[in-house]
Amino acid sequence: MTTTLPAYDEVVARFEPVIGLETHVELGTNTKMFCGCPTDFGGAPNTRVCPVCLGLPGSLPVANKAAIEATIRIGLALNCSIAEWCRFARKNYFYPDMPKNFQISQYDEPLCVDGYLDVEVNGETVRIGIERVHLEEDTGKTLHVGGATGRIHGATESLVDYNRAGIPLVEIVTKPVTGTGALAPEVARAYVTELRDVIRSLGVSDVRMEEGSLRCDVNTSLNLPGEEWGTRTETKNVNSLRSVERAVRSEMIRQASVLDAGGRITQETRHFHEDTGDTTPGRSKETATDYRYFPEPDLVPLAPDPTWVAELKAALPELPRLHRRRLQEQWGLSDLDMQSVLNAGAVELIEATVAAGATPAAARKWWLGELSRRANEAGVELADVGATPSQVAELQSLVDAGKLNDKLARTVLEGVVGGEGTPTEIMTNRNLEVVSDTGALTAAVDEAIAANPDIADKVRGGKTAAAGALVGAVMKTTRGQADAKTVRELILERLGVQG
Amino acid sequence: MSNDLTRLTAAELAGLVSKGEASAVEVTQAHLDRITAVDDRVHAFLHVDTAGALAAARAVDERRAAGEKLGPLAGVPVAVKDVLTTKGVPTTVGSKILEGWRPPYDSTIVQRLRDAGTVMLGKTNMDEFAMGSSTEYSAYGTTHNPWDLSRIPGGSGGGSAAALAAYEAPLAIGSDTGGSIRQPGAVTGTVGAKPTYGGTSRYGLVAFSSSLDTPGPCARTVLDAALLHEAIGGHDPRDSTSIPAPVPDVVAAAKLGATGDLTGVKLGVVREFAGEGAEPGVTAAFRDAVDTLTKLGAEIVEVSCPHFKYALPAYYLIAPSECSSNLARFDGVRFGLRVGDDGNRSLEEVMSLTREAGFGPEVKRRIMIGTYALSSGYYDAYYGQAQKVRTLITRDFTAAFEQVDALISPTTPFVAFPIGARTSDPYQMYLADLFTIPTNLYGGPGISVPCGLSEGLPVGLQIMAPTMADDRMYRVAAALESAVGTFTPPAL
Repeated sequence: MTTTLPAYDEVVARFEPVIGLETHVELGTNTKMFCGCPTDFGGAPNTRVCPVCLGLPGSLPVANKAAIEATIRIGLALNCSIAEWCRFARKNYFYPDMPKNFQISQYDEPLCVDGYLDVEVNGETVRIGIERVHLEEDTGKTLHVGGATGRIHGATESLVDYNRAGIPLVEIVTKPVTGTGALAPEVARAYVTELRDVIRSLGVSDVRMEEGSLRCDVNTSLNLPGEEWGTRTETKNVNSLRSVERAVRSEMIRQASVLDAGGRITQETRHFHEDTGDTTPGRSKETATDYRYFPEPDLVPLAPDPTWVAELKAALPELPRLHRRRLQEQWGLSDLDMQSVLNAGAVELIEATVAAGATPAAARKWWLGELSRRANEAGVELADVGATPSQVAELQSLVDAGKLNDKLARTVLEGVVGGEGTPTEIMTNRNLEVVSDTGALTAAVDEAIAANPDIADKVRGGKTAAAGALVGAVMKTTRGQADAKTVRELILERLGVQG
Repeated sequence: MSNDLTRLTAAELAGLVSKGEASAVEVTQAHLDRITAVDDRVHAFLHVDTAGALAAARAVDERRAAGEKLGPLAGVPVAVKDVLTTKGVPTTVGSKILEGWRPPYDSTIVQRLRDAGTVMLGKTNMDEFAMGSSTEYSAYGTTHNPWDLSRIPGGSGGGSAAALAAYEAPLAIGSDTGGSIRQPGAVTGTVGAKPTYGGTSRYGLVAFSSSLDTPGPCARTVLDAALLHEAIGGHDPRDSTSIPAPVPDVVAAAKLGATGDLTGVKLGVVREFAGEGAEPGVTAAFRDAVDTLTKLGAEIVEVSCPHFKYALPAYYLIAPSECSSNLARFDGVRFGLRVGDDGNRSLEEVMSLTREAGFGPEVKRRIMIGTYALSSGYYDAYYGQAQKVRTLITRDFTAAFEQVDALISPTTPFVAFPIGARTSDPYQMYLADLFTIPTNLYGGPGISVPCGLSEGLPVGLQIMAPTMADDRMYRVAAALESAVGTFTPPAL
């Protein structure tokens, strides 16, 4: 069935969207949620396991205090109330990557409730309500092999790796977000971005969507103005910030087309496809399993000491939004300039470069210029371009010291990105340093004067602008490794002309 | 010599070993020989670890020879209910679904037994997943009561109790979810103690009902039970529900009780359990015990616990609910039995066939009840309501312990019944735990101590104490024991 999809403008002219976001964050604790196994990424399958996270008969969970602390800090940063008493609950369903065939999670007694996060979209502040923040354990990973697609259909074998089973996972659920109209997709993206920045600022997770330490499910529904909310769908497999925005937009358009055709929206899970930008149905929630939640009897209730919670609250770092505002002032940037820094994902990189000794202007120039260009070409995030803030600061210090000119500095940076070493090493190894030995430079200048007597005469006659040609000749013989300003001064000096 | 050694108490055996009058190997070999001689008739053991036991015994003898000071139970053999994991030694929980499974780790209790220098003889029979009161629900055959081989030894820990009564072991470990230590103790004429919930670690105890399961000691004398309790008890950081406090001084309490003086001790007879529901012979033996306790100086009063009558139905919602979740992990994916994995069947089919073949009828019944009780729309009416009843029962105990030091009742309403007599009607089987279940719902300690015979079969007295006052029940039990003596079954 091929239907012509309505234009987005038409959709938002007629329908009002309601969105909601469920975000899962893998905490960066040293050990798992309920046992002492390490959480480090990338071990050979089933090497980060013990009787507890394998769910062997007789084993028992013991809650990880660091994970509870991290969850409370996330809750506090999101302006939530912290429960004085709450319990873990078992969520029962059969799946082979879940060792006990139940997940230890939280149900009707989450650790943090009722908060908000302010995000900025087009200069406007939008307050996103936070329903709850709770703590649970991650599942293992199933790998389907033997088929063409890596999916279960057509696979001959399924392999399970339990290294990830039991890693602490925080779930953050928003309240329904209404009234954002055409901006709904951007609001969704801005929320996940801001949430990521907040959690990163707390240092409790590396929050990388590509690696799955930040995962997002997007709920979307449409309703006619003044009418009840429509049936929602839950879109999974949304693996980048850009996809969050695209998933909401495409789901709004799809739902509008279904409603326009007189159909009804099925409450279901849908999968987002990065390549096509649309969603396809997954399992239907109308036949969903009954999870038979009940309080986890193997764990004692959680009762965080209010004094401890107050201490955690007092020790929270500056929130990213406020932090950015302060940086903008320190760096003396206009809103527009700050926005381009934000869009490039360069705030923390510039901040770190400045901390390593560069001026804000120089740091911004490198990250937004040469390095952004290279990141775009390579299709990677700016932070993954291959240069570190300290390397950029070192590069700039070489420029400031006159050892590198702009062109040479770019060449050195190419070496840095290529992993050749530090800027100083590359400069030395590739012999890229500005020729500052006056003897050699004077010889080159005298040679250029001798080779171009006509031009030399013009300069002597007062046409100092003509010296540019001589500078060019010197730069050519020194293969660009001279400082143009020094060369010019030397030429004028040798020709007896005041600069 | 061998036969003599098996008749001794654990305290006596430890004394012989520490003084060098018998080696741990001799003591162990005597019990292994006894097992060889009688266990084909009793069937207390599912697995006898002859090599492991002799190696552990040799290690004790070597330590002694090296001049090391030995603990109070060093060199004493112990039988372990097959519900506790034992590293490298088969652990089946009496179920086909774990046939052949050798755990990669020791339960905390077993680790502590090793640390104490005891010698593990092997694993004892039990009702599958500890669900039952007769061992008839074991997937590996019924254990026979040494008092009368045609009768049940109680359950679920019938294997441990029978091993004691048949002199195959002087000590045994059980686990008590609704009476599975105390009721087998009562019907085999042995001592069984359920410690305070959280007083003994559940780490490595294959879970039936997490909020009720309590591992504990079984022995032929109260002092032996106390010595074993002391060795296995105490806080375990691997079990969140473990109580971070020292073990009550149960050994001192048992020694104090053995003086036969209960002056100043006030005991409450639970009115609701004093007569109704129990066999006349059991009631008579209980009345005799009350008289004996009075003569020993105890003050006896009647106490009402009005909500105890709801304990059985509440238990049969809470325990199955937790079991339905705890037993979900037995699916054929990671360990144990796997059925139907022929390359053509789906994962769901293999899981389903495995569970169909691996679980027995009583286990399936409880999984079904629990799954239903937890389902959406029924939770409040069943599981939620049962939890409220549990709170009321706890209040009954709290109120009672404001009036008395401990409560007493018969341990079980009837003496050992003939094998097969109650298997056709689950409710008749459930009644065996009528008097023991309230203690589990409350979380306090309870002990069964032999108090007399009815038609030649043992009757047990149950003593229930406040949480973490396990010492009180040992004192009363030891006093009764000093007056009525121990009970020896006919020769096998």
